[in-house]
Amino acid sequence: MSKLISISAIYTIWLREMKRFIRAKSRIVGSLGMPFFFLAIIGSGFSRMQMMGIPAGIDYMNFLAPGIIGMVLLFASMAMGISVIWDRQFGFLKEIMVTPVSRTSIVLGRIAGGVTTALIQSFLILILATLMGGIKGITILGFMLSVVFMILISASFVGLGLAFASKMEDMHGFQLVMNFVIMPLFFLSGALFPLDKMPAWIQYLAYIDPLTYGVDGLRNCLIGISEFSLLADFGVLSAFCVAMVVLGTYLFGKTEVD
Amino acid sequence: MAAINVKNLTRKYGELVAVDSINLEIREGELFGLLGPNGAGKTTTLKMLSTLINPTSGSARICDHNVTKEQDAVRRCIGIVFQDPSLDTKLTGRENLDFHARMYGMDKKARDEKISEVLELVELTDKADILVEDYSGGMQRRLEIARGLMHYPKVLFLDEPTLGLDAQTRRHIWDYIKNLNDRMKVTMILTTHYMEEADYLCDRVAIMDHGKFVALDTPEKLKESVGSDIVSLQINENGVALKEKLGQQKWVEDIKEHNGSLTLSVKKGDEKIPKIVRIAEDLGIRIASVNLRKPTLEDVFLYYTGRTMRAQEADAKDRMRLRVRARMGGRR
Repeated sequence: MSKLISISAIYTIWLREMKRFIRAKSRIVGSLGMPFFFLAIIGSGFSRMQMMGIPAGIDYMNFLAPGIIGMVLLFASMAMGISVIWDRQFGFLKEIMVTPVSRTSIVLGRIAGGVTTALIQSFLILILATLMGGIKGITILGFMLSVVFMILISASFVGLGLAFASKMEDMHGFQLVMNFVIMPLFFLSGALFPLDKMPAWIQYLAYIDPLTYGVDGLRNCLIGISEFSLLADFGVLSAFCVAMVVLGTYLFGKTEVD
Repeated sequence: MAAINVKNLTRKYGELVAVDSINLEIREGELFGLLGPNGAGKTTTLKMLSTLINPTSGSARICDHNVTKEQDAVRRCIGIVFQDPSLDTKLTGRENLDFHARMYGMDKKARDEKISEVLELVELTDKADILVEDYSGGMQRRLEIARGLMHYPKVLFLDEPTLGLDAQTRRHIWDYIKNLNDRMKVTMILTTHYMEEADYLCDRVAIMDHGKFVALDTPEKLKESVGSDIVSLQINENGVALKEKLGQQKWVEDIKEHNGSLTLSVKKGDEKIPKIVRIAEDLGIRIASVNLRKPTLEDVFLYYTGRTMRAQEADAKDRMRLRVRARMGGRR
């Protein structure tokens, strides 16, 4: 029997994702456009307004920056998970699936690749946000902890993306996932506005949105304000992450390549 | 021990039976051909044997491992060259081969050696380090074949290996396949709808139609079964009367009619042509053209299915459409 987890196979798949990522320079630049404009335009626009629920002394730009990092992680990770559809369409998935590598290792390799590329994009936005004054007085510990959260957020959504991709025949379904999954997850996560002064129904939805805990954790690590304790954020997000990786592996393992 | 053992293998897509209860035994080192039109079920058969899709019923064993229960063991002993492109076009040729070798757990030394060897073989050494998206169609095809040979498979599946290649490259690939089979004793199953390919390469050929084997034997025996010589007549009118009259002649072994032409199996066809022409004249039927040749696998196909491969192709398109619909229905 082949090993359930083969480090060399995971590395091989990761290495391929890295090569593809580095070669798609326009994609990297393109993916930074939206978060940059969110920060620059929405951030600057709203920073002149008083928003209820943001503690005194915290500029809206500060509040927004961790949320935008959450957004980058969500979008980039889901896109990476779903990109397995391209492999299906271009036939490369057959090549992967016919090899004697366990389906778990294949999924872990893709997650490793997805997390790395999402992290690189997040770091770039983190640097941009810092230059724009969105992140102030960050500590080494805060940064290290935020990376843990970034990895958890990213791994979760690569897993979810893979789960969706396993059920999709082609790229047409991506729009659907984008508008009915990714967007609501983002808007309800408290990335753009504080949740505690929102109508009750939004709050309930926000509390079942796993990204809420990711954004809250990032905010805690990066600018020192949060709604939940760091441990609670970490606990919820870890549980979600494990669930998504298991779900992604399960559904991906069952796909037929036709 | 048989390299491949297939029992009642069946695959359905909704209502459509793509592969219908086939049985097959292939011995080690054999070069076996699956011949048939598009949509006959050849590729579906290969996909089941290579663990990419599961059979609806029936079973198959490869190198004595069950394709549904021991997938990893099967995957380790097979190689496959797919019909459709399956390369990562954003990687270079060498990187594609390297990816493959790593996935099969080859160490660095073995990888490097084997990569140069197969690149040499398909004459892509000087193109190894450019992106596959800049390759021509033929180059991509050659790279795929090279990749299938990377990890010393015991059983190699070749799905339409020379589809879309020019005559020269095709010849080249044929010789390589034959050589590999002779020298390395690799068991091979190849699917094709080129008659001459099956004829030239294969030890045995199964003719597949509508998911079933309609004939299975060596190419020589298959051709013998059709008759000695083939005489085809193009007639413009009243084929039925001529067919009836000719059918009464003792020297006519077999006669079939399709699309305004008659196909006769006869011995010493050259001597029979004047007789045929005389019979037609007596009936007042004008023969537009006469063709005499030795039987090919095309005739074998016609003999067993009552249709030419070309007529089958049109039919196959409808089947494909049905199949796509069935699959989409199944998804929702």
